[in-house]
Amino acid sequence: MQREITCIGCPMGCNLIVQIENGEVVNVSGNSCKIGIDHAKKECTNPTRIVTTTFPVLNGIYPRVAVKTAEAIPKYKIEECMKALKDVAVTAPISRGDILFRNIVQTGINIVATQSVAKK
Amino acid sequence: MEAYDLIIIGGGPAGLGAALEAKRQGITNLLVIDREPRLGGILMQCIHNGFGLHTFKEELTGPEYAERFIEEVVKEKIPYWLNTMVLDITEDKKVYALNAEKGLVELQAKAIILAMGCRERPRGALMIPGARCSGILTAGAAQKLVNMKGYMPGRKVVVLGSGDIGLIMARRMTLEGAKVEAVVELLPYSSGLKRNIVQCLEDYGIPLKLSHTVIKIHGKDRLQGVTIAQVDDKRQPIMDTQRYIPCDTLLLSVGLLPENELSRKAGVELSSITWGPIVGPHLETNIPGIFACGNVLHVHDLVDNVTLESYEAAKHAAEFIKGEQVKGEAVLVTATEGVRYTVPQFVENEPKAPITMRFRVDNVYRNKYLAVYFDEERIVHKKKRILTPGEMEELTFSTELFKKHPKLTSITFKVERS
Repeated sequence: MQREITCIGCPMGCNLIVQIENGEVVNVSGNSCKIGIDHAKKECTNPTRIVTTTFPVLNGIYPRVAVKTAEAIPKYKIEECMKALKDVAVTAPISRGDILFRNIVQTGINIVATQSVAKK
Repeated sequence: MEAYDLIIIGGGPAGLGAALEAKRQGITNLLVIDREPRLGGILMQCIHNGFGLHTFKEELTGPEYAERFIEEVVKEKIPYWLNTMVLDITEDKKVYALNAEKGLVELQAKAIILAMGCRERPRGALMIPGARCSGILTAGAAQKLVNMKGYMPGRKVVVLGSGDIGLIMARRMTLEGAKVEAVVELLPYSSGLKRNIVQCLEDYGIPLKLSHTVIKIHGKDRLQGVTIAQVDDKRQPIMDTQRYIPCDTLLLSVGLLPENELSRKAGVELSSITWGPIVGPHLETNIPGIFACGNVLHVHDLVDNVTLESYEAAKHAAEFIKGEQVKGEAVLVTATEGVRYTVPQFVENEPKAPITMRFRVDNVYRNKYLAVYFDEERIVHKKKRILTPGEMEELTFSTELFKKHPKLTSITFKVERS
């Protein structure tokens, strides 16, 4: 299988042509440096992203709290992750780093607060 | 009248960094003023990650980056006023501010640091013909509504302009269940970071229409759709390429303007290229004792650079307050042949500390050389695989370099073929 992706290692944004066989990257072309090869391997075998969103806050000085996945989760699970968090609400006080949701979509990764919200 | 050594206008990353550095330099009688109900500035609505890679060696979200500085400011007991609008500043460094508790107050400062940031260009700056209906807002306004208030401004979205906030909001709206039909960019390249184009658009299959623009807005009370068309190399629409896209929301991400109404009132001279103050190597404006840093000085793409610049401004403001400022003879810096501007716009002979020059190019250049001339002598000739307007460049000149050029009268930045 052949995939075309854009390298994000630097502003060059090389168009990488990646040959994949049995789930393994066997050849990368179009890159200008080694970053492109590493990026292609990661992107074509196990692409991950940190997902950020907000939760409504009850009884807080602000109406929302910003949150993120504590680590990057598999890219294909982003949609499922957002669905799972759709109806989550939390209560103040919240401190930055607090775990607000455990083991999102069976990744073993928690959702943590990225800001503090004091009680009203 | 209350008197302060230093008043910092703006409590975003620039103001917070400046306050902390001023304190480290021994300035204790200082005040930060912000019009919002909380410190942190625009970072508080930028909930995505990618901030602080240079400063903290990790990827933080906007609120995380801001809170690290806010906590330091609180720990250092640096006074700040929130919900306070600065109405006027004067050449002799009086600050007139207004809030609900104190009413109108007159403050006297020995030095002022301008850290008011920038704002988005609105629809009025674009002259798109069509209906004046609801559903048209800047990407940053949408970001505030979605991230801080929890309101979705619409369900079917077109983004005009491919600045970073527009790209970030295309992803954010998608994650919240909206359909982003396209990001439409007038120029043949995006001014956004490559990483954002990939992770905000390509990840979600959102088309980026380069060399396209919105030529008409349709709707009565609410936006119903936009007509887009390809543009030629003179940026004029090619009429037979026009296409109607139904949508209820148009987000604008068409550039940022430093917010210098206050600076202008104090007689601060502004650059017609950056729209920020013209500053020398102390990041001092033409008004002695008024300094500037961050997006009010020139629009940055990385907050790390804002923080570094705020430290520089605060160091120089502290020198000024303590009567330790040493000024050399001005050396004009010219940006030409591919380099759009530099900050600072001039330097001085025999500087006491290295000088960091930040600059942008005016177009995308591949495999070209970045050249800097000290008078006729080329002192920098650096091959660059790519130079793009969306990524700020910087070069630092050592004090030794200036010592080697005691009679320096001008510095020139340019992009060269070879």
